[in-house]
Amino acid sequence: MPDTVALPPRSRPFDVRYMPGFTSMAWLCLIGLYAPLLIMAFFSFNESRSVTTFTDFSFRWYQIAADNAGVKDATILSLKLAALSTVFATIAATMAGLATTRTRSFKGQAFVFAVINQPLMIPEIVTAVGTLTFFGIIKQVTGIQSFGFLVLAHTVFCIPFAYMPIRARLEDMDLTFEHVAADLYASPWKAFRYVTFPMMLPGIIAGAMLAFVISLDDVIISLLVAGAGETTLPVWMIGQLRRGLTPEVNAISTVLLGVTIIFVSFFFFLTFRKRK
Amino acid sequence: MSNPAVAVEAQGVTKIFGSGEEQVRALDNVSVTIRENEFFTLLGPSGCGKTTLLRLIAGFEHPTDGHILLHGEHIAHLPPFQRPVNTVFQNYALFPHMTVADNIGFGLEMQGMPKQDVARVVDEMLTLVRMENLGRRRTSQLSGGQQQRVALARALAPKPKVLLLDEPLSALDLKLRKEMQIELKRLQNETGITFVFVTHDQEEALTMSDRVAVMNAGNILQIGAPRTIYDHPSERFVAHFIGETNFVEAELIEIDGRNGRVQLPSGAEVPASLPDVDLSPGKVTVVIRPEHVDLVPDAGVLQGTIDNVVYFGTDTHYHLHLDDGTPFVARLQNQRDSAAAFTEGDKAGITVKDNAIQVLVD
Ligand SMILES: Nc1ncnc2c1ncn2[C@@H]1O[C@H](COP(=O)(O)OP(=O)(O)OP(=O)(O)O)[C@@H](O)[C@H]1O
Ligand SMILES: [Mg+2]
Repeated sequence: MPDTVALPPRSRPFDVRYMPGFTSMAWLCLIGLYAPLLIMAFFSFNESRSVTTFTDFSFRWYQIAADNAGVKDATILSLKLAALSTVFATIAATMAGLATTRTRSFKGQAFVFAVINQPLMIPEIVTAVGTLTFFGIIKQVTGIQSFGFLVLAHTVFCIPFAYMPIRARLEDMDLTFEHVAADLYASPWKAFRYVTFPMMLPGIIAGAMLAFVISLDDVIISLLVAGAGETTLPVWMIGQLRRGLTPEVNAISTVLLGVTIIFVSFFFFLTFRKRK
Repeated sequence: MSNPAVAVEAQGVTKIFGSGEEQVRALDNVSVTIRENEFFTLLGPSGCGKTTLLRLIAGFEHPTDGHILLHGEHIAHLPPFQRPVNTVFQNYALFPHMTVADNIGFGLEMQGMPKQDVARVVDEMLTLVRMENLGRRRTSQLSGGQQQRVALARALAPKPKVLLLDEPLSALDLKLRKEMQIELKRLQNETGITFVFVTHDQEEALTMSDRVAVMNAGNILQIGAPRTIYDHPSERFVAHFIGETNFVEAELIEIDGRNGRVQLPSGAEVPASLPDVDLSPGKVTVVIRPEHVDLVPDAGVLQGTIDNVVYFGTDTHYHLHLDDGTPFVARLQNQRDSAAAFTEGDKAGITVKDNAIQVLVD
């Protein structure tokens, strides 16, 4: 029969790979996703100012970006912001992970879970506006102007991203290990210190890395919440883009892309490595 | 002391999980006394409460009612990490982020023993469980039997007063299980530690234990030496759970302490052992083990017809039905080159060896 697809002997009953057109569809999606990034990266190495015709290979725009004081300040601010909010978000997410997996199930646990994950569901612009309003009131009442507000906003926004891999890791870990520790004379603190913590560490690192890139790449929250003179790298780039696309922005984007890829690859390595 | 000292005592312990409709009575007013240096086994089918009793002793659960005493002292207020008992968990649960040696030394480290002493005890333990050169290994590189030994060594290293073992051999294949049974027995002899051992394998319980407690549905039905449990089961469940057996309805006609006489359905009157409770004459069920009978061409004390003959090498199993329809199994030892004495369809008489009839409580 010519129009039946020959299935390998041990295939699954339903395998999308054997749907007609599946392969071309998949390629189309991949190209749609990655072609713009590749082209952007490609033109960041262009000698000329054009972002449409490639003349010669050079690091010229990287050099220009590195020498730009605005870029330097924005990068330092972004890194500082990402580092601080990652630390706070990861600590909070670790505690939330322990509270939602390592305590007797308590009333409202599902509610806590939903609250922690809310930022994933609410549109970012709504969160940003809400935060802006809220901080605006606080700033008006207290008169405080501080970088702390931005850190706080990023921390809250990053918590669910840090929380997910940590919780996944904890749920994967058999409670028996903690029972063994308690059985072998480890006080609750020592059991945490020597058993729970080292075993959940890959989850914590994965969560921290995710939080870091989320903070580093964020535009909307920073744009709305940042105080005067607090320009993060993505916000600085948006400002530049208003004046037109330059290879300098391409170069910075490529670096950001590189950092993100490294972090996310490492995240996947930690999360999906064969668990033992 | 005339009585051996008591290691663990449960007094009227009840454990109820959940509440309302979903309430589960895992243990129902259980009392048991486990002596020091004893190899004590909790034997029973799945879900009968064996693990629950261990967890109560270890401190991972608290009794709903009743008390648990360790060496005569109440331990209700002690959290697990302050109880001088250690557990070998069913799935071993070796710490994956530590070496074999670190696993074994964990309890000692937690107790604050100096590093050199920990290293020395760990070496002793590795020798004890015959894994001398494997201390540096990661636990993921061990075979099932080796993991089992490490779990044992880890629990033994702090020299607990009582070791709780929850079906420690059930994950091993048959050959390894037999080896580890002998190994466990040796370890218990060498260390003198009280072992509370959980299994649902009756053969394992009989071969290893000093005493066995047979459990069912949250109750301890009978406690005794393996021989007592096997030869003198007090209840139908115990007789049924431990080894193959025959149940025959009879009439109790004479009682003299633990001895009596029963009348079998055939009318024959035979001596029988009585359980340790007050009985009155009347209808009873008696237990007759298949290997405690013989088949004869004449009447015997019971008569039946042979349905099936199965040759097993060392012995032959004859499946009969008695004249009143009750199924009955006789297991006769084979002699060299002897032909089976009876074949299917034959009528046979059954004789019972002295003292081989046990009256049940129910
Ligand atoms: N934490 C718990 N919550 C609710 N019910 C429980 C809990 N632990 C045990 N039970 C119930 O208590 C009963 C006894 O369980 P237990 O684990 O003691 O059985 P077991 O004799 O160890 O069985 P197995 O041989 O299968 O391990 C079971 O009906 C079980 O479902
Ligand atoms: Mg169990």
